[in-house]
Amino acid sequence: MHKECDGMKLAYAKPSLMNDVPMHYCPGCSHGLVHKLVAEIIGEMGVEERTVGICPVGCAVFAYRYIDIDWIEAAHGRAPACASAVKRMWPDRLVFTYQGDGDLACIGTGETIQALNRGENIAIIFINNAIYGMTGGQMAPTTLMGQKTSTCPYGRQADLHGFPLHITDIAATLEGTCYVTRQAVNNVPNINRAKRAIRRAFQNSIDGKGASMVEIVATCSAGWKMTPVQAGRWMQENMFPYYPLGDLKATDMEE
Amino acid sequence: MMDEEREILLLKGNEAIAHAAIRYGCDGFFGYPITPQSEVLETLAALKPWETTGMVVLQSESEVASINMVYAGGATGKCVMTSSSSPGVALMQEGISYMAACEIPGLVVSVQRGGPGLGTIQPSQSDYWQAVYGGGNGDYRVIVLAPDSVQEMADCVGKAFDMMFKWRMPVMILSDGAIGQMMERVVLPSFRPRRTEEEIARQCPWAVNGLGLRGRRANFMSSLEMDALEMERRNRHMQEKYKRIEGQEVLFEEYFTEDADLLLVAYGIAARICKGAVGLLRGKGIKAGLLRPRTLWPFPERRLGQMSSSLGQMLVVEFSEGQMVRDVRCAVEGRCPVHFFGHSGGVMTSPEEVADEACRILGKSNEMVNIASW
Amino acid sequence: MRREEIIISGFGGQGVLSMGKILAYAGIMQGMEVSWMPAYGPEQRGGTANVTVIIGDEEIASPLVDRFDTAVVLNQPSLDKFEPLVKPGGCIIYDAYAIHTPPARDDVSVYKIDAMEEASRKGNGRLLNMFVLGGLIKARGVVSVDNVVRGLGKVLPQRYHSLIPDNEAAIRRGMEMLTLVER
Repeated sequence: MHKECDGMKLAYAKPSLMNDVPMHYCPGCSHGLVHKLVAEIIGEMGVEERTVGICPVGCAVFAYRYIDIDWIEAAHGRAPACASAVKRMWPDRLVFTYQGDGDLACIGTGETIQALNRGENIAIIFINNAIYGMTGGQMAPTTLMGQKTSTCPYGRQADLHGFPLHITDIAATLEGTCYVTRQAVNNVPNINRAKRAIRRAFQNSIDGKGASMVEIVATCSAGWKMTPVQAGRWMQENMFPYYPLGDLKATDMEE
Repeated sequence: MMDEEREILLLKGNEAIAHAAIRYGCDGFFGYPITPQSEVLETLAALKPWETTGMVVLQSESEVASINMVYAGGATGKCVMTSSSSPGVALMQEGISYMAACEIPGLVVSVQRGGPGLGTIQPSQSDYWQAVYGGGNGDYRVIVLAPDSVQEMADCVGKAFDMMFKWRMPVMILSDGAIGQMMERVVLPSFRPRRTEEEIARQCPWAVNGLGLRGRRANFMSSLEMDALEMERRNRHMQEKYKRIEGQEVLFEEYFTEDADLLLVAYGIAARICKGAVGLLRGKGIKAGLLRPRTLWPFPERRLGQMSSSLGQMLVVEFSEGQMVRDVRCAVEGRCPVHFFGHSGGVMTSPEEVADEACRILGKSNEMVNIASW
Repeated sequence: MRREEIIISGFGGQGVLSMGKILAYAGIMQGMEVSWMPAYGPEQRGGTANVTVIIGDEEIASPLVDRFDTAVVLNQPSLDKFEPLVKPGGCIIYDAYAIHTPPARDDVSVYKIDAMEEASRKGNGRLLNMFVLGGLIKARGVVSVDNVVRGLGKVLPQRYHSLIPDNEAAIRRGMEMLTLVER
């Protein structure tokens, strides 16, 4: 499809596993970038016939429309339970979940922690944008202190709402995890780092090294009521200090 | 394991479920402990089928996780199951609805205890509505098998596995604490090998497992549909399937019904007790019989309808405050009186008590019944 | 046609359930139909335990019954509960150790077996139910001793099969220990 012509070199091609359908994501949303990375990595690894993805409930609910692999759409929060069963039934598969903060760190906290702690050989991609996007911008477990959402319109405060949940830090303490990292896709170097992280998590699933979790600190310009540019800046200024990027655990490389 | 082929054993109903699952080629069991069904998971753990047939056995973190594991395992074309008891089955209702919506095969074994709420751990049949009418959302049905012996517990597992793949939907075995805990002689089936990946690819082209992806469109399992007309089309498709099931899969047992004036209607452990009562009543010269539904959905309503025109009366016996009796009355449509007798909360009855109740309904003396023996 | 409906009742931990299981297995070995229905509770130890065992030539309709041919009772609450439920002409077997008011019925056969005492003498509480089982076989003869021993082999895991001779001896000793209470 993408041919080199007239001596020009192809600099960029849509990943072959990305379906040619319009995405429902808002302008400036991080999901599109992460979807592209997932499709690219699976294509590069050549494992599409050995991959099962689990979609969440939330903005990524339609991931199965965009990436041309076999998918299961899980009930809200249950993706890690679904992934556990699939991987145990099909031990040679790449099995991953793709979940948001409400799905993974709130309604599905139990499934997340239990699957990670069992050391299921799955990869969890965790999009943390500190808000419920799909339902229209409500408070999430990862919403920052003082951050305004439609259900904490005066800002998150401890006495009413409790504190942001450091689920990825918790994941790193669990014996079942082998690789836990926090990444972002806000610029090219970060995108490249995030891609390497997701690929490593996917390889860990195939190799049966234990559970991997890749958190992507992400924007939700619509939910945050900002322009994409403002959202990117707000993420850097407010989320990165609270959710610092980098590896939290990397025992997968130890022998 | 080969010397255990078709071995005659004395097993609890719950243990029979576990043995049968392995022998009928189950790929995965996902369960959470709850009385009175914990022996299913315990027996599987003790038998270690992962070392022999390769079957996966996993103790999950909750019934919610269990049913979602069944949902996902079934979505990949594998033969998977869970088991639980009343409050646990309540937690599974959402997942059962998702399975029905996505047309995913899977087996749920429900070993009923008394309710509502935490209720009691004693046997009960007060989850007939939960099983037959479901607690999940939407227009869906579940095939419900109702064994009344340890042997049937084992047999139902094979039957359920066949049905769930034939119809691509969840199947439930609705048992109770009495059948689950009691021991009887059971002849276990021979080993049926688990299906290979090639067989799964051939039999389940809809399955989500990556097999042969480069030569086909990607599969996905989702119950989400934003288009109302399309959602209705999916619903209508399922309703048509349910009509075919109602036409083809009704199972029931008739016990001394040929000349019966009084028909007892009961399933599971209540049916066993009613068989004893039929003996006592016949000993007294009362022409009693029993119709035992072996499938609760689809329900033997046509047969009950037929019988209602020639019968005197019916007596429905359940360990509940009266659930299945409504389906019997629907089937009978007023053609004969339909009485109800039951206990709930874990209280059990005996053939003598049922026979006494039958005599009371028939207006005959109870005296004879207690001393009648057969 | 032969059918024996037996209730075995005592404290949890006395081996009531496993005694019933061995009896039921013996019935299978003898080619008979059997059912074993426990009353189960949340307690793992202590508390009361009882099991209904039915052994017969024909298919067993109801595994639950109101009346029993034989009641084997190992404590006072069990005797109080099941004495009235024994069919006329039936049989009560009791261990006097935990029973201060013996059975009063005169329309049933009453047997006594000092199983607890004997078990203490032998310094092995686990043999208690084997003595009682021996007594039960002696009193009712539903199944043969050989089939009980075969049943024992089925119930005990392989690693405990070395204990079978001791258990068999206890069953035979129980048969000798059983005494008819004359009234």
